[in-house]
Amino acid sequence: MEPAIAIPTSTPTPTRPPHVAPVLPERRSAPSLDAPAVFDLEDVEIYYGAFRAVRGVSMKIYEHQITAFIGPSGCGKTTVLRAFNRMHDTTPGARVAGKLRYHGVDLYAPEVSATEVRRRIGMVFQKPNPFPKSIYDNIAFGPRINGVSDRTRLDEIVERSLRSAALWDEVKDRLDRSALGLSGGQQQRLCIARTIAVEPEVVLMDEPCSALDPIATARIEELMRELKSRFTIVIVTHNMQQAARTSDRTAFFTAELDSKTDQRTGTLVEYDATARLFSNPRDERTENYITGRFG
Amino acid sequence: MTAPVLDLRARPSWRSVKDRLMTGLMIAAVAIVLVPLAAVLSSLIARGGGIVLAAFPDFFTEEIPRFSRRAGPGMGPAVVGTLLVTAAATAMAVPLGVLGAVYLHEYGGRGRLARLVRFMATVMTGVPSIVMGLFVYLLWTIRFGFSAFGGALALACLMLPVVIGASEQMLRLVPGHLREASYALGATKSRTILTVVLPAALPGIVSGCLLAVARAAGETAPLLFAVGAAKAFNWSVLHDANTALSMQIFGNAMDVPAAQDRAWGAALTLVLLTFLLTLTARLVTGRFARRR
Repeated sequence: MEPAIAIPTSTPTPTRPPHVAPVLPERRSAPSLDAPAVFDLEDVEIYYGAFRAVRGVSMKIYEHQITAFIGPSGCGKTTVLRAFNRMHDTTPGARVAGKLRYHGVDLYAPEVSATEVRRRIGMVFQKPNPFPKSIYDNIAFGPRINGVSDRTRLDEIVERSLRSAALWDEVKDRLDRSALGLSGGQQQRLCIARTIAVEPEVVLMDEPCSALDPIATARIEELMRELKSRFTIVIVTHNMQQAARTSDRTAFFTAELDSKTDQRTGTLVEYDATARLFSNPRDERTENYITGRFG
Repeated sequence: MTAPVLDLRARPSWRSVKDRLMTGLMIAAVAIVLVPLAAVLSSLIARGGGIVLAAFPDFFTEEIPRFSRRAGPGMGPAVVGTLLVTAAATAMAVPLGVLGAVYLHEYGGRGRLARLVRFMATVMTGVPSIVMGLFVYLLWTIRFGFSAFGGALALACLMLPVVIGASEQMLRLVPGHLREASYALGATKSRTILTVVLPAALPGIVSGCLLAVARAAGETAPLLFAVGAAKAFNWSVLHDANTALSMQIFGNAMDVPAAQDRAWGAALTLVLLTFLLTLTARLVTGRFARRR
């Protein structure tokens, strides 16, 4: 079957299967750069012990936009994402250098509490990880931590979160059954509902669809577009088409071999409005990745 | 033209013979293991059933006859004693053990204190029960006299390492991504442990505690030093000598036939008690499992 879009390369390599360049939706206006910056990274580097996993990341994440991190495996996209909500605190030996500011506040200042950070910046993981509790208790977990104990308020929050995650109709009759009985796509939507139940400002998503089938993936992408108006979303994805379809801005990371230490260190190559990055990348490495010459 | 017929029947070969041989050997092994179990149960029921069932609840409620020559039921005080001592020991060992395991796994990691605690717990599993009894005798009984609490202390020392070991194993089995999910929602570490990790590990921890309780309920040696040899009902945990089923079995087994009957009855009671404990714990963990 012929690819629908012509491949923008000059010499097709005979051994490579035809690669479809990402399809961009029509009438996408350029994302506003006047939007306030939620995150401001200045020369961020992340170490696991002595190993420098990521270097030289400087970027701004803007409010109410979907920012995608793309790049080959091992290039540090997830590492950078986890730095946004201080998840590296749970990894012994992990260290974040440089400045990572959230609304002007340095997240790694000693007086900043990780739990306060995580109440404002939520995360959805690659493999859906619902608690082995009922669906209701899963969603109510976050609000309960924040001190909500009134049953009617919890009911409200649970319903609102499940509706926002497009899961309410499917589970409204079995809220007290175990969350582990749901399908993969439903579990991931449950995890999203659980994350937005605490009303964070930012939702970080680490390859949320990689464990899901295409239909579940499409539903979650639709969900992301709806949630954009209420939250700021940063998504790590292996799937370039997904980044092209859903995001407003895209950051391309790659891993480079450091000849001195013989280590592969991730770095930010290019960060731009999605439409511009995919149609007219400035860096050659970006172009190679997007057109499928590697990765 | 007809297609060639595909022959998928099992081929006679040495492998299938070996397979059947192994299956047979394993079934035989299970049967052999069941034999002593069945023998013990049947002799318990045969020798002890009579006196326990004779006038039904009397065996559990009657006093122990003061003159052992007198036939007839009565191990009530021993039942009470066993229940008190085991309950008190469990109340001490289980919270300490579970919290200790939580410290070891969630906070201690590889630190020096954690390694020391783990090592000591392993050493304690090997201490003979009579040595524990002697230890409690020197520490408690000499100063405070015989009591159910002394026995509970000794049994708690025996139960503690088992509870710590089993609980730590179960905590290790809780997948890391559950903890991550909880942290990502802004929960503190202690909150995560209480509301996510412990509930997830609970069925395994309960089984581990149950093993410990079953072991403790049947111990005799440590109780000899700490509980004394009362024959009357004693509901007090802290005061006065008490008795226990295991001790009564020891005391009566080589006595006159009337007393021996009571010893068999006590043995059957002890086994039934352990059986009931196991059943209850299975039901409790079953309820948790069904909610999953």
